[in-house]
Amino acid sequence: MSPFYDPVLPPLDEGEVLRYAGCKEADRAVLDLLSDCSQEALEAVQKNACYLTLPLEITGDTCNFGLFNLTSRDLAKALSDCEKAVVFAATLGLGLDRLILKYGRLSPARALMLQAIGAERIETYCDLLSLHVSAEEGLFATRRFSPGYGDLPLSAQKTLFAVLQCEKRLGLCLNDSLLMTPTKSVTAIFGLKKAPDCRESKCSHCTKTDCSFRGA
Amino acid sequence: MNFQTYLQNHFVCLDGGMGTLLQARGLQSGELPERWNVTHPEEIIAIQQAYFDAGRNVVATNTFGANALKFGAEELERIVMCAVANARTAMQKSNGTQEKFVALDIGPLGKLSKPLGDLDFEDAVSIFAETVRLGVRFGVDLILIETMNDAYETKAAVLAAKEHCDLPILVSNAYGADGKLMTGATPHAMVALLEGLGVTALGANCSLGPKQLRGVAEELLAHASVPVLLKPNAGLPCVKDGCTHFDVAPDEFSEELYALIQKGLRIAGGCCGTTPEYIRALTAKQPECLPLTPKTETVVSSYSHAVTFGDEPVLIGERINPTGKKRFRQALVEGDMDYILNEGVRQADAGVHLLYVNVGLPEIDEPQLLTQAVCELQAVLNLPLQIDTADPVAMERALRRYNGKALVNSVNGKEESMRAVFPLVQKYGGVVIALTLDESGIPDTAEGRVAIAQKILDTAKTYGIDKKNLIFDPLAMTVSADNRSALVTLEALERIGRELGCYTSLGVSNVSFGLPNRDAINGTFFALALERGLSAAILNPHSAEMMRTYLSFCALHGLDENCAHYVEHIGNYTLTATDATQKAEAVSGASDLQHAIIKGFCERAGSLCKALLETVAPLEIVQNEIIPALNTVGQGFEAKTVYLPQLLMSAEAAKSAFEQIKLALPQDSGASRGTVVLATVHGDIHDIGKNIVKLLLENYGFTVIDLGRDVPPEQVVEAAIAHQAPLVGLSALMTTTVPAMEETILLLRKEAPSCRVVVGGAVLTREYADRIGADRYARDAMETVRYAEEVFA
Repeated sequence: MSPFYDPVLPPLDEGEVLRYAGCKEADRAVLDLLSDCSQEALEAVQKNACYLTLPLEITGDTCNFGLFNLTSRDLAKALSDCEKAVVFAATLGLGLDRLILKYGRLSPARALMLQAIGAERIETYCDLLSLHVSAEEGLFATRRFSPGYGDLPLSAQKTLFAVLQCEKRLGLCLNDSLLMTPTKSVTAIFGLKKAPDCRESKCSHCTKTDCSFRGA
Repeated sequence: MNFQTYLQNHFVCLDGGMGTLLQARGLQSGELPERWNVTHPEEIIAIQQAYFDAGRNVVATNTFGANALKFGAEELERIVMCAVANARTAMQKSNGTQEKFVALDIGPLGKLSKPLGDLDFEDAVSIFAETVRLGVRFGVDLILIETMNDAYETKAAVLAAKEHCDLPILVSNAYGADGKLMTGATPHAMVALLEGLGVTALGANCSLGPKQLRGVAEELLAHASVPVLLKPNAGLPCVKDGCTHFDVAPDEFSEELYALIQKGLRIAGGCCGTTPEYIRALTAKQPECLPLTPKTETVVSSYSHAVTFGDEPVLIGERINPTGKKRFRQALVEGDMDYILNEGVRQADAGVHLLYVNVGLPEIDEPQLLTQAVCELQAVLNLPLQIDTADPVAMERALRRYNGKALVNSVNGKEESMRAVFPLVQKYGGVVIALTLDESGIPDTAEGRVAIAQKILDTAKTYGIDKKNLIFDPLAMTVSADNRSALVTLEALERIGRELGCYTSLGVSNVSFGLPNRDAINGTFFALALERGLSAAILNPHSAEMMRTYLSFCALHGLDENCAHYVEHIGNYTLTATDATQKAEAVSGASDLQHAIIKGFCERAGSLCKALLETVAPLEIVQNEIIPALNTVGQGFEAKTVYLPQLLMSAEAAKSAFEQIKLALPQDSGASRGTVVLATVHGDIHDIGKNIVKLLLENYGFTVIDLGRDVPPEQVVEAAIAHQAPLVGLSALMTTTVPAMEETILLLRKEAPSCRVVVGGAVLTREYADRIGADRYARDAMETVRYAEEVFA
């Protein structure tokens, strides 16, 4: 059974939150909204994550993780040269979904900000988990790869859910379109390798080329 | 002996884990264990026989996930048939001499209930019902609903069982380390819900070991009148050499459970990681159980918590109610749920403990609207609801969908009323407000009202409704019509408490009907009633007078330690302060309103607009203040000097100004620029973008029919035709849901060819939009507004 990982997260990165909220310059009113929302959001968060470190063998486009296989050229490429692989699921819990649902009806500005705070928190959580597991193994983590990225179909969610027992362990559910609830949840795979990846911008892998925040 | 009879006088020992034992016998990861009933019956029988041999009274069938979501009808039938046969065979083969029973095991469906998830409540009831019908047909002795981590899904399962059999129903929930269900319910709230539904026994299983579940078990024991059950895991899992182990050994497990049996636990077993060895020591001890102690607390609940009557006065917010409120009636007729939600949230923020809900209007479909209001309120607010309707059909539908134990408004001493209401309470649970009137009207003496209360109590008893589930309303009548009416009410109130031992509630503000400055008399009457023992009051929590009375009463009655609550809140209710701010706002000028909207000051925009309306015509304010402000912000957004959060804050400020305009305008005279239907497409649950577009469109004068999220194509088409909407807006966030968008467009083209379609959402691009046949791709909310202006030009 996969161990849990539930550390204390570092303080909220307000710059990142504003970026997710589509705000390049924040005035007093926006900053007030942010601080108001972050208090409410952080009280609602009930995070938890679990992960498994697995052996990895790549044959052609097929990644064999011992317990299961996934066939995807892009995943095989992302995991090339890795010693092992890690599958994990992380969630911020239903409390935040409830808040977003509430303010989606009553105050879209607040809902937007809560959504952005959730995005920042879950990303931070996943980053921390990568660091933790790679340190445990004495290796370096690659970037995360989730079902739906590149040619890895979203249906791979079902496999990850079964392997990690996401329903039972974390209370995650998949709906008919394979979207997760709580919505602020991530399932992903990353590799562990002996040398770090050269630092590349997160944006270079994203296909949304008209994003106003796109980096070089 | 049947199970029910056995349970009355005996400690009952349930079985233990199944999954880990099946894996040890070769069940592969990813293989569905329920299929083993058919393919490996000998393995299932061996495990279950071992449990019976170890002295367990109840073995559950291997049907945890046997439901119509996972299996086709034929396979499901075969699985349940074999599962029951296997357990029966195990029972016959066992040499154990104890009483033995077979329970139909029912686990969660693995999907989350709407609105947070996509599992419809009635669908869940039907899916559970299918399994129950099969189990009953193949001959189980009782139903065991277990490992449920959501109160709403638990309710669906219990209703399915109640509606399809008369067998005993045991319900066990999975609590997390915080002592609550995943969706937030406390053990106390679950006791209220489940006893209301009439289950045979209730308790907890899975997720944690016996030590960690002790607190949950104690809370259940403190509140439950029915037997409590506990099936913990064998402690917490740890991974050793790649294998999972649990950290509690059989003896320790037995000892923990034995300690709880001393406190009243009557049914025990094990869950994950436990084997027949666990609690063998316990069964060897042949523990005797304590007698059951019926609890007398009067309690209602929401999805998250219970509210108990009697300790402190309970405040019930009265504002969700169309009586005498023009704006509210308009919202109901238009189906404007956001307005109703907003009334709910404002009262919750004002500190009420319960929300009163009444949506009765002659021109609306009350069963439909009441159910919708209840569902929407319970999705965003965690306060228990007092559901008020005179229509038994509306009451039944609302109670069925209510996620908790409701306060039911109301029954009275008329035969007809009791015949209509009591069966609903008997089936769905609830505390009923009982009005002390009958066929001959409202007695004008306290004796008369107490006598009716007694009659209602006696009749309730014949329906199996205990007196703890009745709260009496001795009826506050206006003192302007009869100057002794308040005295009669107060006397009846006190006597019902003293002579019948029941709690009381009043719609306090009725007392001042027809009088000027009603708050003054309401506040004093409230204080008098509290002093005579009033348990709950339906009131306006925005009335400073009422809240001052409440805070003062609690402080004076030893209910507010160190007067802390009083000190913290009384400042909000200082009359002079509110007067002063209103005056200050009244003198401020017009340009201030524009400024407030541009800066996104929501409350200020509302109050400035209200003040301005005293001297300026409503439409003039719209033309000269609100629209110019919106234009400034909208153009700023298009020029990228104003960003999304600011745009939205301004839009919300404009909306609160518009609210004041609506109040000032005669109904239906607000000229709409046209009707737009909005929806997030089928399968997609992300609706923030759609909500943003809605807000902006409304700001710019369009009428929006918001169909919500996860909307099937047929529903979009239906709405477009019904509202004759020239424009439909569709949103999708995920690549996987874009096909649903395409399907919706195709159906619109066929059924409503004149309708234009604008699409948006994170994964969409102009090319993508063209490919699926949309008329326009809108990059953001402002682009949608501009396109709507084009369409409606």
